[in-house]
Amino acid sequence: MMANTVEAEGQLTPDEQKRLTSDMHRSLRRKKFRALFLVAPLLIFIMVTFVSPIASMLFRSIDNPQVSEYMPNTTAALADWDGDKNELPNEATYAALVKDLVEGRKNHTIGKAATRLNYEKSQMRSLIVGTARKAARLKPPYKEQLIKIKKGWGDIDNWRVIKRESKPYTASYYIAAFDMETTPDGEIKMLPENQRVYLQMLWRTVWMSVLITVLTLVLGYPVSYLLASLPMRIANTLMILVLLPFWTSLLVRTSSWIALLQGQGVINDILVWFGLVNDESRLSMIYNATGTVIAMTHILLPFMILPLYSVMKTIPPSYMRAARSLGATPYTAFIKVYLPQSVPGISAGAILVFILAIGYYITPALVGGQTGQFIGNMIAYHMQSSLNWGLAAALGVVLLALVLGIYAIYSRLFGGNNQMTLR
Amino acid sequence: MENSASSEAFVRFEGVQKSYDGKVLVVKDLNIDVPRGEFLTMLGPSGSGKTTSLMMLAGFETATHGNIYLDGRSINNVAPHKRGIGMVFQNYALFPHMTVAENLAFPLKVRNMGKSDIEDRVKKALDMVELGSFGDRRPAQLSGGQQQRVAVARALVFEPDLILMDEPLGALDKNLREQMQYEIKHIHERLGVTVVYVTHDQSEALTMSNRIAVFNDGIIQQLAPPTELYEKPTNSFVAQFIGENNKLTGTLQSTQDGICTVRLPTGEQVTALDINTDAIGKESTLSLRPERVFLDPVEGQCDNVFTGKVEEVIYLGDHKRVRMNVCGHDEFIVKVPNATDNKGLQVGGTAPIGWSSKDCRALDAI
Repeated sequence: MMANTVEAEGQLTPDEQKRLTSDMHRSLRRKKFRALFLVAPLLIFIMVTFVSPIASMLFRSIDNPQVSEYMPNTTAALADWDGDKNELPNEATYAALVKDLVEGRKNHTIGKAATRLNYEKSQMRSLIVGTARKAARLKPPYKEQLIKIKKGWGDIDNWRVIKRESKPYTASYYIAAFDMETTPDGEIKMLPENQRVYLQMLWRTVWMSVLITVLTLVLGYPVSYLLASLPMRIANTLMILVLLPFWTSLLVRTSSWIALLQGQGVINDILVWFGLVNDESRLSMIYNATGTVIAMTHILLPFMILPLYSVMKTIPPSYMRAARSLGATPYTAFIKVYLPQSVPGISAGAILVFILAIGYYITPALVGGQTGQFIGNMIAYHMQSSLNWGLAAALGVVLLALVLGIYAIYSRLFGGNNQMTLR
Repeated sequence: MENSASSEAFVRFEGVQKSYDGKVLVVKDLNIDVPRGEFLTMLGPSGSGKTTSLMMLAGFETATHGNIYLDGRSINNVAPHKRGIGMVFQNYALFPHMTVAENLAFPLKVRNMGKSDIEDRVKKALDMVELGSFGDRRPAQLSGGQQQRVAVARALVFEPDLILMDEPLGALDKNLREQMQYEIKHIHERLGVTVVYVTHDQSEALTMSNRIAVFNDGIIQQLAPPTELYEKPTNSFVAQFIGENNKLTGTLQSTQDGICTVRLPTGEQVTALDINTDAIGKESTLSLRPERVFLDPVEGQCDNVFTGKVEEVIYLGDHKRVRMNVCGHDEFIVKVPNATDNKGLQVGGTAPIGWSSKDCRALDAI
């Protein structure tokens, strides 16, 4: 085949070669258009529902419009002020502030700017909102009066925060996401140990996901092996049992774990009944990390079994038999022959379960309690309760980067290594 | 077969039965003795129990009943990896994640052989199958024939006394298959190992074997050297399964001194060797090889002479296959050597044909 093409090429004159190349391109172009046409609906759908939300999230994590938009006069006045010089802004700046506060109160927008500034420094909100209530009655000159109303206006640090956050883009959400803060001097440093939340939670999310992945592998591998080695008819029946969880609502499954695992639940009752556990010291298997691991392992198990099964199905039983006939014990035959060939299934299942686990949200929220929360729950909290979308976006980006990084390592290790599966 | 003289059977099946579901016997009462150094082929249609028998010998299936002996020792309860039997599989079963050399080294490594020893043996085995320079390749990078040779080399590299082959040439094309048949046969002759070979291809079996066991329905129909199997089939199944066969059915009229007379439904009487017939008056099937039928027989050459009507002539170069209607049976095949003088074969024409009663065998009714 190879030799044929080379020969044919050798016989072509340059003109013919050129014509052939352009013909090739034309015929391929039609094919490409056809392919594009076929995927277009999905492509558009994904652009609208997947890519653009991600892009908007990426943008939101650095977007910083509140101060510059709702306090435009102050922003402009502070542009010339040098915060390093240790002196308060001039009267014109105070006047601009009063104008912003009055207008902001009238338009109900000043609260947004106040909230934004409060993320950076506590008490900023009460400082601004409290002053805004009285600002309409003030007459110039403003500086002394403002400082009299709220001592905070005499604190240079507060002005530095306002100036810093009046820029249209900010890294402060990321700084917060890594448990750090910017001091009024502009220095970035770690928060005190007792205030750190996100790094610890990210780390917990990672190791619990790894644990869940390992557990699904340990539980799923033998099952997949059994399914792959059974006759088709029986394997299909058993496969339905594996897939059964897919047909049950996630909430139902998680709730049934609550019923099973809780203090007065089925498992504890049985343990107490058999006398294995004292009635007073019932095991706490739910509303903590244990509960999250148990419930998520169960929920994600099919995602491990399916890729494993599909790979194992392609390993002919004759390989194991050959190994045995060549003198290998069942154990050696498995380790040296079967296991290496099931590696593509292991890696596919592991990456699938891990990536699903690391972004999980509902199950940890329901059964995780304090110690079983994932970073996804924190993101949800900032989206729904604290309404700090910028921080939620930054945390989301960190999670996304983590997943992409892990996927890059995965494809380095296992991608392109198709020799494993070649027969 | 010089080895058949040796007293003790190397492989022995003794009353072996196998059932997968507890209802149907796949192998019914199997008894074979394979002397050391023999090339024995188990031949039969699919589902005849030949592969199951091989798998029982290899240890991948357990016999439901009976005993299998290897070198005088019962191996019913010996695990496959302790039997020391080399095996070549239908799809080669070369480990795809190992190179050719690693594949060959596998049986030596699990036997904890020294590194230099392994290298020597692997090299020798590769040279034996003329793949000396292919050690670093992966099986997927080899052609079917090369993979086949590696599989054979791997089964031989640990020097087992017994090699099992399960339709090893099934996946190869015709030319390569014929070439590999000779190669395997030569390896067997050179090394003197005992080979049990399973195939459903009769020409493969005839080419390579010392003896052939024809399987059907879980029973050995006949166990004999290739020539005997072809020339002297003892029942209708073997006659029909091995080679081309003309089959005439009639009722047994009389039998005397090994010669019998069978009356065909159309009234003709045929004399034949009485090999495997029932009582007089019962049905019998006559078996007659197409090349033993003569066109225009010379007076006295044949004791069975009839007239055949030519239905179809197929030109095959060195000979012509002529399909005739003989005694009301229109699937009667005659092989006519390609000679200058046989022009008279026109479709629709008739010709006298005849055969010797010594070439016609009266067998059991089908």
